[in-house]
Amino acid sequence: MSSSVLYDAPGPKARVRNRVFSVVGGLAVLGLIVFAVVRLNAKGQFAPEMWDIFNYAGVRTSIRDGVVTTLKVFAVAAVLSLALGVLLAVGRLSDHKPVRWFATGFIELFRAVPLLITIYVLWVLFLTYRSDLGLSGDNTGFWALVIGLTVYNGSVQAEVLRAGINSVPRGQREAAYALGMRKTQVMMTVLVPQAVRAMLPTIISQLVVTLKDTSLGYVITYQELLFQLQQLAGNIVVNDENPYVPVIIVGGVIYIAMCLALSALATWIERRGRRAKTGIRVADAGQPLAAADALDVVDQSATSAPNASAGKTN
Amino acid sequence: MNVLLDHLPQFREGFLGTLSITAASAALALVLGVVIAGFRVSPIPPLRAFGTAWVTLLRNTPLTLLFLISFFVIPQIFFPGTSPFVLAMMALGCYTSSFVCEAVRSGINTVPLGQAEAARSLGMTFFQTLRLIVLPQATRSVIPPMSSIFIALTKNSAIAGAFSNTELFNVSKLLSDKGFAIGWIFLWIALCYLVITFAISGLFRLLENRLEVAR
Repeated sequence: MSSSVLYDAPGPKARVRNRVFSVVGGLAVLGLIVFAVVRLNAKGQFAPEMWDIFNYAGVRTSIRDGVVTTLKVFAVAAVLSLALGVLLAVGRLSDHKPVRWFATGFIELFRAVPLLITIYVLWVLFLTYRSDLGLSGDNTGFWALVIGLTVYNGSVQAEVLRAGINSVPRGQREAAYALGMRKTQVMMTVLVPQAVRAMLPTIISQLVVTLKDTSLGYVITYQELLFQLQQLAGNIVVNDENPYVPVIIVGGVIYIAMCLALSALATWIERRGRRAKTGIRVADAGQPLAAADALDVVDQSATSAPNASAGKTN
Repeated sequence: MNVLLDHLPQFREGFLGTLSITAASAALALVLGVVIAGFRVSPIPPLRAFGTAWVTLLRNTPLTLLFLISFFVIPQIFFPGTSPFVLAMMALGCYTSSFVCEAVRSGINTVPLGQAEAARSLGMTFFQTLRLIVLPQATRSVIPPMSSIFIALTKNSAIAGAFSNTELFNVSKLLSDKGFAIGWIFLWIALCYLVITFAISGLFRLLENRLEVAR
């Protein structure tokens, strides 16, 4: 950290001061943790009986079912959203005005509306026209969630890909045209693969967002992990209390582990991408993409390129 | 079509609800985010570790889970009887603060090293350097990501509606439960959100132009 913008390598006086602050800061952080633990303990959330519930087969099965359903929704939504993303990105760069307008309108609409509302509206629509669509029972929730996730994340992925396509050096396109390729060929065999390669870390970071957003199924009472957890905690009573804290701690750990695994993949790919000398800059992994207007993120990472990765090792 | 005209009061209430929950949690996220970013760049290991843990945990947790914690655990364990608005504000604010923190931190990283070295060679302390030299310059490069963070926050606030707050999602849920055509409700709600998000991005563009510095 000696190359930090903010401070030099500390001298003797600063080192003493830092040590004092370290102790004080450490105590403050410790105090917060102790306060939380004491309060939780006072409410009996650390009683052995509370944690004993995880020994029951029923509890384990429902958590496992939750994880499996979450992963299923995620897998289908991820594949569909990537496909939709490519379609929309190509549509936005099309030469035909109606196609371009349609793609732009689609992206802008679904990016602006909260995902929860999209999912909820789809759910209500599917429930209303259930018999016409041939859906039954749990299926309505599944498809509402998957299609909602697909249209939202597809729109975001489209913007990411578009930025990637625009970042491919002009010579690539010109060379392809000079070889006599048609526009579709240029797009599909030259530009999109390079764009995907450059944007892979960002695309995967967006997949992390997709994974997190599967938890919105909770609101439409679809039985994914979060819903299962809530049901568990709400239905079991131990010592006259609902075991919310143990259940949420376990559930949170599962979610965080899944997301961190995906983020680790993004970072790994980013590092690999930087090794190759293609002249196309690979985007930074772990940009705040939930936040994201994808374009802003790409612009920002372009301007802060030399430094952005430096702070990430921490 | 008439859903909007017949239920203008509800829509207005929902719109104002979304605005107020967004504004409140934006304020919380901004304060918390800057403080945590300060922790993360400080020379004090425990605070740095705390900041890193905060960001890693919150960024990889679904917001809905945070709402669950905030609505079922906080009142039960820590502060009984807190209003849903405050609980929603805490969940949204803490979640968004991790994104704000990362934006501020990468903004600090864009300030050229020489600026801080110059400040130090003038004998400025850590806090003086941070307050007078680094943060003002970092602000400018932080504005574009900040605008997308706040737009995302506006959209995330819809989840607060599912947890008994009055805002736009809540209104659409109430009206569709009453049996109004969901398609029209959706269009009106989408329009409301577009108004808010366009206002935010316009405001930030204005700020960006105002604060521009040549470098």
